[in-house]
Amino acid sequence: MTDVLRGRRGAVLIALGAAFVVATVLLAATGADPLRAYQALVVGAFGPDGFPGTLAYLVPVLGMAIALAIPLRAGMVNLGGEGQLVLGAITAVIIGLHSPLPAGFTVLLAVAGGVLAGASYAALAALCETSLGVPLLVSSLLLSYPAMSLASYLVRFPLADPGSSLPQSRRLPEGVALPGIGLGEVTIGLFAVLAVVVVFLVVDARTPAGYEVRMTGAGPRFAAYAGIDRPALTLRLLAASGGMAGLVGAIMVLGFPFRFIDGALISPQYTWIGLMAALLAGASPVGTALAAFFFAALTNGGFDMERVTQTPRELTAILQAVIIVFLAASTGLLRRRGGSR
Amino acid sequence: MTIDPALFAAALRALTPILFAALAGALCQRAGVFNISLEGTMLVGCFAGVAGSWFSGSAWVGVLAAMAASAAFSLILAVGHVTLGADPIVLSVAMNMLAVGLTAFLLRTVFGTQGSFSDPALQGLGRVDIPLLADVPVLGPVLSGHSPLLYLSWLAVAGLAVLLYRHPWGLRLRGVGENPEAATNLGVSVTRHRYGAIVVGGALCGLGGAQLALGNVTLFAENMTAGRGWIAVVAVMLGLAAPIGVFLAALLFGLAEAFGFRLQAVGLPQQAADAAPYVVTLVALFLSSRRIRRRDEAKGTLTR
Repeated sequence: MTDVLRGRRGAVLIALGAAFVVATVLLAATGADPLRAYQALVVGAFGPDGFPGTLAYLVPVLGMAIALAIPLRAGMVNLGGEGQLVLGAITAVIIGLHSPLPAGFTVLLAVAGGVLAGASYAALAALCETSLGVPLLVSSLLLSYPAMSLASYLVRFPLADPGSSLPQSRRLPEGVALPGIGLGEVTIGLFAVLAVVVVFLVVDARTPAGYEVRMTGAGPRFAAYAGIDRPALTLRLLAASGGMAGLVGAIMVLGFPFRFIDGALISPQYTWIGLMAALLAGASPVGTALAAFFFAALTNGGFDMERVTQTPRELTAILQAVIIVFLAASTGLLRRRGGSR
Repeated sequence: MTIDPALFAAALRALTPILFAALAGALCQRAGVFNISLEGTMLVGCFAGVAGSWFSGSAWVGVLAAMAASAAFSLILAVGHVTLGADPIVLSVAMNMLAVGLTAFLLRTVFGTQGSFSDPALQGLGRVDIPLLADVPVLGPVLSGHSPLLYLSWLAVAGLAVLLYRHPWGLRLRGVGENPEAATNLGVSVTRHRYGAIVVGGALCGLGGAQLALGNVTLFAENMTAGRGWIAVVAVMLGLAAPIGVFLAALLFGLAEAFGFRLQAVGLPQQAADAAPYVVTLVALFLSSRRIRRRDEAKGTLTR
C-alpha cells in the first residue's frame, strides 16, 4: 500500500474533499438534506442491513478491478473487460445447464469454463496486438462488443427461459450454485476473488515474474533492453486478466439469480468502476482492493441514500468519477511540481 | 436483400454522430492529445441537446446547448491534462463514467424519469431537401432529405482539412502535436493550441450528440451513445487522424451498420447486426495495421 500513497496522500485527500464538496452542492441543489443523505449513505454501506449488500457489490467490482489491474501493472490497458466478463458468465451458464455430471462437479466445471473462456478471449485481443499490429487498447475494446452480442443472442434464443418474457436464460438446476456464506446473497465466490487478490499481491511483490511486470510498467523500453519478451508477457498478462474477468462472470451467474440476464452484468458498470479503482490505485494490489471496497460501499450506500432522501443513486457514480478526475489532476500537479516528470 | 438508395441513406445517417466525434478526436490527436473521452462528451451533448430543445421549443437552441455543454465538459480534459498534467487515459475513463452518471442523474432530477425521455412536443431537427439534387434519380434519395447537421458534418470535414493543411493555425497545431518543444521555442503556445483543439473538439462532439438525439431520433435515453464514441476513437486511428481518412473510416462503420440492419430482414439475428460494425472495423484495422504501425513508430503515439 505504501507505493499507492507515497506522494499521493495529499492527492487522495484533495480528491475526496472535492467529491465531498460536489456531492454537497448536488444534494443541496436537489433539495435534499446533505447530512441525512450522508448518514443514509454510510448506514446503507456499513450498517448491519447494508453491509451484506456492500459485500455482494464487492465481488464483481473488486474482481474486475483486479482483472484490469493485472495488465495495468505493466502499463497495458485492457478495455475489453465487459466482453470477457460476459463470455465467462455465459460459458458458466451453458455448462451449468448442460453438464451431465453431479451438481458439485458441474459447479467446478462451470467456474473453470468461465475462467478459460475469459482468458482465451482476452488472449485473442493480445494476439491482435502482437501479431496483427492492432493496439491492445483498441483490439480489446472492439472484441468486447461481438462477445456481448453473442451472449445476448444465446440468452434470447437457444438458452432462453420459455416461461418468461424477460431476456434471460433458464434457471440453473437445483444445486448448481456456489454455496452462500450466510450474508445476504454473498457466496464463497467472495473468497475466490480475495484469494486471487492475495496471489496477485504475492506474485507482484515477491516473484521475478512480478518484478518483470512492474519493470515493464515503469519503463517499456528499458524492459525490452533487459530482455523481457514483450509479446509473451502481453499474452500471459491478458490471459490472466481475462481469466479473472471470466471468473467474476461465472461467480455472478452461479449465485443469485442463478441465471444469465441480458445486460445484468453490463448496466451496473462493474467493469468501468473496477477500471477506475485500478487506475486510482496505480494498479497496486492492496490499493486496488481498498479502492474497490470504497467504490462498492459507495455504490451500495447509494440505494439507501435514494430511499431516504429521494436523491437519485446515480449521484454515487458521479462521485466516483469526480474522485478519479481530481485524483488524476492532483497527482499530475504534485508530480509536475516535484519536477520528476 | 436489395441494395438500394435507402441503404446508403441509412449508412450516412449512422455515420454522422461518429464522424463529428472522430473529427474531434482527430483534432486532438493532431495537437498531441490522446482523447478517449469522446463517448462521454457526446453523451453530455445528447442530453443538453434534448434539454435545450425541450425548454426552448427550438431544436437549434438544443444544438447550441449541446455544443456549449460538450465544450464545457471537455474542459475537464483540457484543465486536467494540459494544465495539471494528469494522464489523459485516466481522465477520459473517469469522464465517460461521469457522463453516464451525470446524464442519468439529470434525467431524473430535471425530467423526473428514468431510462429515457421522449415527448411528442420535443422538437427534432427535421429534414432538408436539397433543391435540384433531390430530383436526381439514385443520388437524390441517397444524398437529399437528411438532418441539416449531416450536411454540416461534411462541411466540418472540409473545414478541418482546410484548417489543418492550409491555415497557419493548423500548421502550428500540427507542430504542437509533433514536437511540442520545438513549437515552444518558436513561440507557439502549446497550452493554448491544445486547449483550442480539446474545446473545439468538445463542441464537435456536442454536434454529434445533437445529431444522435435530435436528428436520428428525437429522444434521450441513458447511455444512448452505445459505443459510438469508442468507434470514433478507432476511426481516428484508422483514418490516420486526417479529415478525409476519418470520414472514410466512419463511412465504413456506417455501411456496416446499415448492411447489418438490412441483413436482419433476411433472418440474420439482430445481435449479429449489432456486432457487425465492430467486426468490420477490427478487420479494417488488421488490413491497415502495417501502415498504422509504421506511422506510430515514427511518432511514438497511440500504442502506449
